[in-house]
Amino acid sequence: MEKMKGKAWAFGDDISTDHIAPGRLFHLRSNLPELAKHVLEDADPEFASKMNKGDFVVGGNNFGLGSSREHAPTIIRMAGISAVLAKSFARIFYRNAINVGLPVIICNTDRIGAADELEVDLDAGVVHNLTKKKEIPFAPLPKVMQKILEDGGLLNHIGKYGDFNLD
Amino acid sequence: MGQTLAEKILSEHAGRAVRAGEFVIASVDVCLVQDGTGPLAVRQLQKIKLERVAHPAKTVLFLDHAAPSPRKELSNDHALLRRFAKKTGAVLSEVGDGVCHQIIPESYLGPGDVHVGADSHTCTGGALCAFATGMGSTDVAIAMALGKTWFRVPETFKIRVEGKFRDGVYPKDLVLHLIGTIGADGATYKALEYSGGAVEEMNMSGRLTIANMAVEAGAKVGLFPSDDVTTEYLRTMGRGDAFRPIAPDPEAEYERTIEIDASTLEPTVSFPHTVDNTRTMSQIRKMDPVKIDQVVIGTCTNGRLEDLQVAASILKGKKRDKDTRLLVAPASRSVLTAALKDGTLQALIDAGALVLPPGCGPCVGVHQGVLGDGEACLTTQNRNFVGRMGNPKGLIYLGSPATAAATALAGKLTDPREVI
Repeated sequence: MEKMKGKAWAFGDDISTDHIAPGRLFHLRSNLPELAKHVLEDADPEFASKMNKGDFVVGGNNFGLGSSREHAPTIIRMAGISAVLAKSFARIFYRNAINVGLPVIICNTDRIGAADELEVDLDAGVVHNLTKKKEIPFAPLPKVMQKILEDGGLLNHIGKYGDFNLD
Repeated sequence: MGQTLAEKILSEHAGRAVRAGEFVIASVDVCLVQDGTGPLAVRQLQKIKLERVAHPAKTVLFLDHAAPSPRKELSNDHALLRRFAKKTGAVLSEVGDGVCHQIIPESYLGPGDVHVGADSHTCTGGALCAFATGMGSTDVAIAMALGKTWFRVPETFKIRVEGKFRDGVYPKDLVLHLIGTIGADGATYKALEYSGGAVEEMNMSGRLTIANMAVEAGAKVGLFPSDDVTTEYLRTMGRGDAFRPIAPDPEAEYERTIEIDASTLEPTVSFPHTVDNTRTMSQIRKMDPVKIDQVVIGTCTNGRLEDLQVAASILKGKKRDKDTRLLVAPASRSVLTAALKDGTLQALIDAGALVLPPGCGPCVGVHQGVLGDGEACLTTQNRNFVGRMGNPKGLIYLGSPATAAATALAGKLTDPREVI
């Protein structure tokens, strides 16, 4: 995979799927391009208008907790975010992100500040913080998830093989 | 080697003995989607021309989150799910039937089943000793179509609860206490397995409340043993033959054991904006009064007959505070019917309650009780995140039905032990 480069948008701990895609916008779930204009609105109302394609969302602990709504990682990806970095992820969000082809990286995000320029090398398992001149290593995804991400998400995986092909 | 409940159930569904940490493909018995996640699941299957379901009689599409629909967009989503049900033979649970996590245990799930649902509180089914867990729309779409999915077999935390609950203290208080102790990510990726004297004596209503909130500690599933309480519940639901006893092996390995003495618990409340931000009533009494504008009794966490009965026993013959709205949403049509027959609903209505249709009610912020700016709500639901009830400027407190009823009377957060 190519290296990804962009700016960090720092959010704190416990960013829930309600912050990312709130229930008051329930009626937009079948209109994802419109919902994506509101991505992370309840954490930062101006985020969608400030971010640029290729940027990174950076969280603390337990990113994506709450609802199973896959719309949350989907609209982060649709908005053009290249990856989400956090110290830890909630289980369903983590699995959903891989399923929709959004890279999720577990690493020490204390070493990333707001607006830092980052370069992420998924193959080498390292985040280069170009602003702070620091390297932050991360562990590779479990093999099963790596395979799904490489196939472009779960739907493409099943579309390709007609079944799970994860061995 | 002994197995935990999670290892045991997943082994049966993977066709080989599996241990925590392994990745498996497992067959799936029961699937659900709801009106917020189902439309995406259906469209995903349409995209890869896989518009079918492996087990139609045990694949249920619920219209419960926006029921009845408040907007044309959601009415169209409902229509899409109805068409999919007709086309595939999957079951449609209509507007007014109730919340998915109430109806699945009532009518579809049995001990030892694997159950996946596109809703995070699918873990409620763990109360029946089913490996029940929430996933996203695409995962569940594929599970519906192929009848299987992949899992990482979770490590298990054993939660042993001994002692007797004191008056005014309920399973909801226990689970809020647990989450407050281990944190909202304290059990991420893990299975919780409940045991001990207080668990053996706990009725199914209480078990469902506790299992429902496993995900609020980050857990994949919250499992109860399948025992006398399980068989009694299934028999009451007219499904006695779905019962089989299941218990963990004595020598099963646990990552961690947490001991709780139920007799030391107090009524407990989660303060805004995370479930693990808990305070006991002893702590709350020392604070400035917390004025409450709206009380909600219902949802998949606490919308069962027993919950409404507890609230009615406190509110009967009294009136809610004139400045505190009281909304009651029975979790299913059968709960509504039973509460109507035994006088519970009448007592709640006489106390000033507004009764909502069976469904998710105001819990998801779609309709039926959206908070105003700065308004505070005490609700029996499972989640109090920013924006959860439709307004990021709302304040959400979580408690038991007894705490809710006491709070509705006083108009401020109130210890139910003061009024029972």
